[in-house]
Amino acid sequence: MQFRHEVLDNGLQIVAEINPNAYSLSSAFFVKTGSRDETAEIAGVSHFLEHMVFKGTPRRSAADVNRELDEMGSQSNAYTSEEQTVYYAVVLPEFQEQVVDLLADIMRPSLRVSDFETEKQVILEEIMKYDDQPPFGGHERIMASYFGQHPLGNSVLGTAETVGALSADRMMDYFNRRYSPHNIVLAASGRVDFDALVEQAKRHCGDWERSETSRDLSRPAGKTGFEVIHKETAAQEYLIQLADCPASEDADRFAARLLTTIFGDDTGSRLFWALVDPGLAEFASSDPYEFQSAGVYMNYLCCSPEEAASNLAILTEEIAKLEKNGVTLAELEQAKNKVCSSTVLRSERPSSRLFSVGNGWIQRGKYHTVAESVAAYKSVTLDDVHAVLAKYPLSKSNTLAIGPLAELSR
Amino acid sequence: MSPSDSSTIRHETLANGMTLVVEQMPWLESAAFALLTPSGSASDSKTQVGVSNLLCDWTQRGCGNRDSRQFIEDLDNLGVSRGAGVSTSHTSFGGAVLAENLGRTLAIYADVVQKPHLPEDEFDEAQLVCLQELRALEDDLAQQSMLQLRKQVYADPWGRASYGDVASVEALTAEIAKAHFAASYRPNGTILAIAGNIDWNQTRDDVLRLFGDWKMAAESPIVETPAEGIYCHLPFDSNQTHIGVGYECVPYSHPDYFLARAAVGVLSDGMSSRLFTEVRENRGLCYTVFASINTLLDRASVLCYAGTSTERAQETLDVLMSELVRIREGIEESELTRLKARIKSSLVMQQESSSSRASSLASDWRHLGRVRTLDELTSILDGLTCDSINRYLQDNPPHDFRFTTVGAEKLEIPVAVSP
Repeated sequence: MQFRHEVLDNGLQIVAEINPNAYSLSSAFFVKTGSRDETAEIAGVSHFLEHMVFKGTPRRSAADVNRELDEMGSQSNAYTSEEQTVYYAVVLPEFQEQVVDLLADIMRPSLRVSDFETEKQVILEEIMKYDDQPPFGGHERIMASYFGQHPLGNSVLGTAETVGALSADRMMDYFNRRYSPHNIVLAASGRVDFDALVEQAKRHCGDWERSETSRDLSRPAGKTGFEVIHKETAAQEYLIQLADCPASEDADRFAARLLTTIFGDDTGSRLFWALVDPGLAEFASSDPYEFQSAGVYMNYLCCSPEEAASNLAILTEEIAKLEKNGVTLAELEQAKNKVCSSTVLRSERPSSRLFSVGNGWIQRGKYHTVAESVAAYKSVTLDDVHAVLAKYPLSKSNTLAIGPLAELSR
Repeated sequence: MSPSDSSTIRHETLANGMTLVVEQMPWLESAAFALLTPSGSASDSKTQVGVSNLLCDWTQRGCGNRDSRQFIEDLDNLGVSRGAGVSTSHTSFGGAVLAENLGRTLAIYADVVQKPHLPEDEFDEAQLVCLQELRALEDDLAQQSMLQLRKQVYADPWGRASYGDVASVEALTAEIAKAHFAASYRPNGTILAIAGNIDWNQTRDDVLRLFGDWKMAAESPIVETPAEGIYCHLPFDSNQTHIGVGYECVPYSHPDYFLARAAVGVLSDGMSSRLFTEVRENRGLCYTVFASINTLLDRASVLCYAGTSTERAQETLDVLMSELVRIREGIEESELTRLKARIKSSLVMQQESSSSRASSLASDWRHLGRVRTLDELTSILDGLTCDSINRYLQDNPPHDFRFTTVGAEKLEIPVAVSP
């Protein structure tokens, strides 16, 4: 396994974790742009643009793009989050030349107006799909409530209104500002010919023009709150809680992840024993979500409406116990075994390493081997976990309930 | 490192009828297993549907010398990434671990299927977990539409969902579940598939020691009752309508299976497939649309899904149907070339994952009583031609469609779609 890194004159970064014995090659463009880089009137543009990128270039029609990806036998897709938009493809190594040619080409899309209107319908369908699904827009709602005016509270999908009102010109303007080469990382993993990759990047991306981009990296102050949203047609009640946790660049994120494994992993955790094992809740978990300059713990609970109030009391009680008594050494060791094993197991697929390498580079400008990640978890002490607990109290949270209940006692 | 071939795949059937299938993948650090016991939802008696699903939870509440808590702590400390679930034919327990921990992990699962405590004081909890699952399912309209469609394409018990319903689950007792355990958790009919960086002799010895004394039990006969009607609409006040369309197909063990699989691939595999192109790309009618083969031992069906807003649901169904009807006119060479590339690439990449190989081994053994090696699959794939697929489609065009919708309005179901 070897790591290599190169920067083109226009600022495009190229990183790769090379495994000459791999069966596959994964490659992706990580664009450092997402809903946190949008203003209210263009909410959803990053995600809509992600769809439009597949709609063709001066050299390729939309059908050509889809056809060529299938001709290479690729497993390819794209996604948009609060802070990045990622286009990836996993292929057999012999397709390196073709796949990088294609991915690089679609990163300069035509954004044709006729495609724009058809694709807008697909996005509107996607918005409706998520509106019908648990937690019925609850996630967007509590992110907005928690982050307030800070752009991390923006919705990735946007709304039917903002997407409906979006014009192709506004999108082009956003594209020109955000898809600057110095805001993009070309990442690869598996059986990569790195010298050829750099040469390809120079050829296909060398003339991309640089523009000024920036991101609001102010540290938001999360707002506490409590809201109940009545959703008559739902069968179950869904509770979401957000509280501050370390950001993606903070060293104590490893301790925070182990803490949530102990507290709210989907099996064997404190929430599992208190709520899921006795059959009181269908699902209960706690996970950290890390962004640049901010992070949130998200507690998530799904249960019958009759049990929502008592389950919320149990959750509150578990948080209080955790903050008062901390965790035990046995719990910490068990969490380490679990997290380290799953880190190693996941890393067997180069396609999964692609996201570790690309995310690490775009969020922190750093590369960690699997062994380094495992060592970072192993070195966490009880004191580290308790320091995180003291610095980021789970009890200082914002709670949202959505489901058949019109009200819920705290 | 070399592509897997028959020399790295070994199997042995134990005296009690359980089969062990192993593939050595020495280039990996991991090992994965799939343990299939014949407690599938089809084995639930008609008045006790959901009992296999309940047992799947109850058997994991302590086994051998571990109580409920110790069971989970041991698995967590071994770092087992795991899952369990119930299909029509089996309850499956599966997991992946660092290869050196496989033996100790198998010892735990040997106890799950042979020596579970089935603690009476945790029966209510297991039952509540099942009722919670049923309630959560009520909020998942897409899954509801596909579960209902299965009831229309297959006779019972083949079409039923493993969850049962609230009434059947509430009627279950510890006694009923224990009787079902005694009848259905048995070595005859059980498959244990293992793939990864392991040694055959060591693994075989472990398995003989851990499962060799498991006592056989008689297989219960299954009584079929006819499938539900042609069209079923489940009214729901939602933004989107969830559309399911199903039709008969040949199962995995049938000589024509790969011809049928190719036809469905042309419809639905990849972004240049016909359904994605015509329903989503060209018309923007939906976000999700697909078709896939659901195969049981002796029968199979193609299940299609599209989710779309109420006002465009009829057009979506019409376009979907026109593609299902048009496929009988045949596929093109370029479509087959793309499909072969996609399947070949995923076959090669399977070698990066012990879990996906373990599942394939178990599934092959179940359907064929042997394992198709990657070489054999590659040569089947190379042998597929447009002519053979098109001949198959002429003789077996999609027909006898079944329809399910979940949403605000019923749709017009096409009548004249048979040849």
